Amino acid sequence: MTTPEATVRVPGAAGGSGSARAAWRRFRRHRGGLFGLAVVLLLVVVAVFAPALAPHDPFTTSRNSFLPPLAGSGYVLGTDHLGRDLLSNLIWGARVSLLVGVAAALTATIIGVIVGAFAGYIGARADELLMRITEFFQVIPRFVLALIVVAFFGSGLVNLILVIGLLSWPQTARLVRSQYLSHKTMQYVDAGRALGMRDLKLIFAEILPNVMAPVLVVTSLDVAQAILLEASLGFFGLGDPNLPSWGAMLNAAQDYIRRAWWMSVFPGLGISLAVLGFNLLGDGLTEAYDPRMRVR
Amino acid sequence: MSSGSDAGRGVWAYVLGRVLNAVPLVLGVIVVNFLLMTLAPGDPVTALVGDYPAPADYVERVRQQYGLDRPVPERLVRYVASVMRGDLGYSFANRQPVVTLLVERLGRTLVLMLTTVVIASAVGLTLGVVAARRPHSATDAAATGFALAGYAVPEFWLGQLLILVFAVWLQWLPAGGFRSVRESYEGFAALLDHARHMLLPMAALSFRYMAITTRLTRASLLEVMNTQYIVAARARGLSERTILWRHALRAAALPVVTVIGYNFGFIVAGSALVETVFGWPGIGRLMYDSIFTRDYPVLLGILLMVSVTVIVVNLVTDVLYSVLDPRVRY
Repeated sequence: MTTPEATVRVPGAAGGSGSARAAWRRFRRHRGGLFGLAVVLLLVVVAVFAPALAPHDPFTTSRNSFLPPLAGSGYVLGTDHLGRDLLSNLIWGARVSLLVGVAAALTATIIGVIVGAFAGYIGARADELLMRITEFFQVIPRFVLALIVVAFFGSGLVNLILVIGLLSWPQTARLVRSQYLSHKTMQYVDAGRALGMRDLKLIFAEILPNVMAPVLVVTSLDVAQAILLEASLGFFGLGDPNLPSWGAMLNAAQDYIRRAWWMSVFPGLGISLAVLGFNLLGDGLTEAYDPRMRVR
Repeated sequence: MSSGSDAGRGVWAYVLGRVLNAVPLVLGVIVVNFLLMTLAPGDPVTALVGDYPAPADYVERVRQQYGLDRPVPERLVRYVASVMRGDLGYSFANRQPVVTLLVERLGRTLVLMLTTVVIASAVGLTLGVVAARRPHSATDAAATGFALAGYAVPEFWLGQLLILVFAVWLQWLPAGGFRSVRESYEGFAALLDHARHMLLPMAALSFRYMAITTRLTRASLLEVMNTQYIVAARARGLSERTILWRHALRAAALPVVTVIGYNFGFIVAGSALVETVFGWPGIGRLMYDSIFTRDYPVLLGILLMVSVTVIVVNLVTDVLYSVLDPRVRY
């Protein structure tokens, strides 16, 4: 057994089932968090079962253009300028939003954790250099840069995820860095070092599990930001052209705003609800993990 | 404020340090621009000329000027040098040098952004105070709910909703543009006409910002109200009103200053989206149009200009913060 006694009680860290249960109890008391969780679960269900839930093919055009909602003929939320079913596009759009949001946020989390962990654990020159890079990514205008990269290199799904992920990690890096700064002097890390553990093992196997709780909060908020950014790019005509997306739907709605209010109202509701859901989930997780901590 | 020259020197040393700190950031932005240009698929000259049919001799001149046939390090040096001279290329789609074009559009964007920042800060501060005065009351819940909505609603969709309600249904306000095209107003009437056109874009743009300011003011005020000097003020028998407005808010408003700097980039992005919705002829609308005309030098110029602006605004707010906060010592 090479693992030392690593179950040192770290304040606020999620370790052991007892504290997980306590965290869930605190989460349950946070009504906003519960609502957020419900919205997120709903989104996941809609995204996963989109092919079964959508009444029509989202791309099939028909001669019934600009049908208002509830006008009968099977188009519950009406149709757009090309006679496509709005509800089906909304359902498939949830899939793209969620996929881009979660994948980009995870990309950002991975980069942020690696940068923050090395900066905080190693310190000194490496810390200074990494933090300067982080600062650079924090001041550079995300939307404008993402827009140009996508305009130059194409707006496929993978590009969108990578661009948004690569521009969203600074907050995670700063948080992880501060956590490592305080954890690296704690007893359980000293104990591991005394047992001859290598730094890499200490960084990723020992400290990381203890700092993941607050990181998850930021990840949840990052998903919300990523969904917004993807929608904004889509609104600028830079979404994946082969997939229905809420931002692209709003771009189309812009031209017909006097004629078809429903083309604008429903996709916007989708974006707002998704962003609200992940923001509230983040708030609830903050409450569960440590009521005193606020990340924004 | 400073009695001795020591403190004064401290401020200047701090300012100088911050300025020096900003230099590598600006250089970094220029390098990112260069990398985008170099790595973009196709002929690198496209990124400097755009996809617009440009005269062949101009294309050749650009190739020479930027040394596109030379090795990468030399090209980088040439690029940095030309940016430093203020040369951002020529936009054939607009038949203007990029710098002239940007300066022309910048004014309209700034008008929109600055009024938004001022009004949103004022409203946000007020709402934050109202919410923090009675935490967990119905008023607090309403202000918090307002803030949550502000974080979630995308500006461009809010813009469309405002057009639907106030321009299409109620017909109170124009749906877009910078001024009325059919009438020609003069003097005060022209100003009023501009203001009418600005009302909806400003409302759309300021919502998120109000939310951020509300949330931040509430949080920092609640924190300040528990500090010792507020307790001491209460013990001296000052009224709650005096404590709140004269003492607590002064300290609580400080983070709001930094948030202006930190969120400036987001306001620029929001402005781009809102301008597109309302056909407001500023930088954002230019960006939208330039994507479709593939006017790459304009896009790169905007990135450069916005990045530098964000860096400068951050610098200014940092310095302002340190001057305003009596607790900061050098």
